[in-house]
Amino acid sequence: MDALRPYAAAFSSRFLLMMQYRAAALAGFFTQCWFGAVHLMVIAAFYLGAPDAAAASPISLSQAITYTWLAQGLLAVMPWIGDPEIADGVRTGSISYDRLRPVDAYALWYVRAAGWMTARLLPRVALMILAAGLILPLIGQSQWAWQPPASLSAALLFALSETLAIALACAIIMLINIVVVATMNARGVNILMQPLVVIFTGNLLPLALYPDAMRIALFVQPFAGTLDIPNRIYFGALTGQMAWVGIGLQVFWTVLFIALGRLWLARVMRRLEVQGG
Amino acid sequence: MPQILVQDLAKTYRVAERDPGMLGAVRGLVRRRWRTVEALKDVSFSLERGELLGFIGPNGAGKSTTIKILSGILRPDAGRVEIEGLVPYADRVKHVGRIGVVFGQRTQLWWDLPVIDGFDLLRDIYRVDPQRYKATRDELVAMLRLEKLLDQPVRQLSLGQRMRAEIAAALLHEPSILFLDEPTIGLDAPSKLAVREFVKKLNTERGVTVLLTTHDMHDIEALAQRVIVIGHGRVLADSPFEALRANVLAERRLFVDFAGDAPVLDLPGVEIRRRDGRSLELAFNPGVTTAPALIAAITARHAVEDIHVEQPAIEEVIARFYDLHGANEA
Amino acid sequence: MNALALLGRYFGASMRSQMQYPASALMLTTGQLAATAIEIVSIWALFDRFGAVKGWSFGEVMFFYALIGISFSFADFLTRGFDVFGSDFVRTGAFDRLLLRPRSAALQLVGHDFRISRFGRFFQAAIILIIATGSLHFVWTPQAVLLALWTIAGGIAFFSALFVLQAVMAFWTVESLEAVNALTYGGVYAGQFPLSLYARWFRTFLIFIVPLACVAYFPVLAILGRSDPLGAPDWFLPLAPAAGFVFLALAFVAWRFGVSKYTSTGS
Repeated sequence: MDALRPYAAAFSSRFLLMMQYRAAALAGFFTQCWFGAVHLMVIAAFYLGAPDAAAASPISLSQAITYTWLAQGLLAVMPWIGDPEIADGVRTGSISYDRLRPVDAYALWYVRAAGWMTARLLPRVALMILAAGLILPLIGQSQWAWQPPASLSAALLFALSETLAIALACAIIMLINIVVVATMNARGVNILMQPLVVIFTGNLLPLALYPDAMRIALFVQPFAGTLDIPNRIYFGALTGQMAWVGIGLQVFWTVLFIALGRLWLARVMRRLEVQGG
Repeated sequence: MPQILVQDLAKTYRVAERDPGMLGAVRGLVRRRWRTVEALKDVSFSLERGELLGFIGPNGAGKSTTIKILSGILRPDAGRVEIEGLVPYADRVKHVGRIGVVFGQRTQLWWDLPVIDGFDLLRDIYRVDPQRYKATRDELVAMLRLEKLLDQPVRQLSLGQRMRAEIAAALLHEPSILFLDEPTIGLDAPSKLAVREFVKKLNTERGVTVLLTTHDMHDIEALAQRVIVIGHGRVLADSPFEALRANVLAERRLFVDFAGDAPVLDLPGVEIRRRDGRSLELAFNPGVTTAPALIAAITARHAVEDIHVEQPAIEEVIARFYDLHGANEA
Repeated sequence: MNALALLGRYFGASMRSQMQYPASALMLTTGQLAATAIEIVSIWALFDRFGAVKGWSFGEVMFFYALIGISFSFADFLTRGFDVFGSDFVRTGAFDRLLLRPRSAALQLVGHDFRISRFGRFFQAAIILIIATGSLHFVWTPQAVLLALWTIAGGIAFFSALFVLQAVMAFWTVESLEAVNALTYGGVYAGQFPLSLYARWFRTFLIFIVPLACVAYFPVLAILGRSDPLGAPDWFLPLAPAAGFVFLALAFVAWRFGVSKYTSTGS
């Protein structure tokens, strides 16, 4: 147990630090509401305007609405950028201390990223559920509301899948971190991540709404595991065997990215040592 | 009318407090507890043109709050500041055009630009007449030996080189008052000496008023004619430096190495500070007993191998002073 | 030296420092181009699946998209200092440095940095505009060009105001508000679609509170020579971008309030 202490401490200190930022949480929440509302109205306009929307789309409007709220509520899980603390460390040079500590640098950064992410996630998602899941139905707007999971089994599978989504997103953030350390520059890779995340996670548009020919490719690519797969499990569009295939994909990408990240980080750190950076 | 007049300055901050642990963090999201911190309670002093004032005190004593108010970027809750007839925070833009400020740990130059380009930008920002600018710049460059650095990007300069460039940058518009906040922090010994020498010259030859905060007491010793000690948001002392040293720590040290084990001594007005085998460190008040008398008394009774007298180090003087005023509790 | 000439100096300095890393500047520009280009894919996907929406074609939506993108890229170019205000100025204390200079802080923030990479979005939007022109068989009369320039000017003012408001928030919270960043990007996103797609309360919001529609929807209708299906009078359409300037003025009122809060609390 003692061996885990530094990691637990790294996680909770980062978590507690981030939890202090109340104004940022509120700002994030309003932003999510704003984006959610715009997305809903645009998607609904297409659905309601099409002569035969039910045939045109593999998911229903109500599912697309719940998908949109999930995408906004879980916005903090998306691997938009590397951990800013790592970028700061690169700029100030304090990153070299992490080489000197008797801990596993990959694991330490991973749990720090997880603390950073979950602390931003929890208050925002709680507020979103309150606003989109409870208040909207109460004021008679239930057609726009965030619906509860399709069934109990969907809820349980979603809990598992969302946990894996966080694990996968942290593994992706670690890859970004390593690029930041290797190139000594955070801006470039962060800019490149935005379009990938916004499209391939399903954040901008549910992946199911892209042309049908792209469906399989979009399903097996790694970003689907951070949002699209848990979402579809949530509202019951991915059930039974297909749900387990989705979860299997999440596990596969997470394990692969962690393994890649560990190897790569070790190499980058060795190079830093040689340079005395 | 003094150049700088500070009367009854007070400033209170509100700081958010968090309960410990995970639950505390969650609670903090919903309801915040605030604690008020009195950074300044009652600070008054005045400064004549051409003075060189050292401003010292432990961390959190109110030094930087005072400097911020004097430089116009912070508004006090109560009290009055007037600098050359202006209220700094009310006439900020006008006021800051007349002062120069150097922060030891922050740069005002442009990281990726050559030093000279940064200077030129400052010329335009401060609306300095181009002829006048050129003369001032060349003079500063010569005095601070910046000739070889001018074409280098700031990021390539060493800390000492950068500090010299920073000081020049703060003086391009020929301010009549210079605020130096920890100007020698982190510098190597030659750079420290160069900075001190320059500041001294600026003050004596140009009559620029200098207000210096520092943790390095050697800066104070080398530069300041007058020292203000601040603690707990109040002025604890305001006097010439030598007077401070004499009053605060009217104490000398006597180091004695005995031939055998150090004896038990009982002399009036003498305190044993340290005992280590055959050596003793004694503290005495020169007003009560003198060094020759003390040495005579000891050598008369004990076999002594070596003996010498020291003045306490200046850090110690200050530390002692803080202790006396309870300024260190914070 | 007057403010405009000083901005010219700042501009030169900013270009010189970015040109120390030309490869990086080029990469960031291309990155921005790619980042923004991919957004249009999702809009295309919707049209591909559902067909035209409430009488609007993909070509027309591209037109909205392009003008908004051009306005935004310029605003982003001019107000970088406000964009990074929380993280690079308030949190680090560098804002004190600006206050110690005898110029308005806002002017210095505009001059802080001009990112070349913002032209990535501009190029992308310009390309979309060309495609949209082709697909609508649109003819650029001198009148349309002038109107487009006026629309872009209003749009620049509008988005600059959003960046200023984002900076104002940093006076109340020290966390880097990359989340708030999304408000500006959210504006871009909302402006890409015709106003008539939105619910009534949201339309009211986009006209009267955050007047995005005034720098996008209304003037673009005037450029395209369409009447507003929602019934805004035709004479109003070309005048609407003025609202962007009013919004910017209000943002600066909020800014002054924030600065005075900063100088009275020191944080």
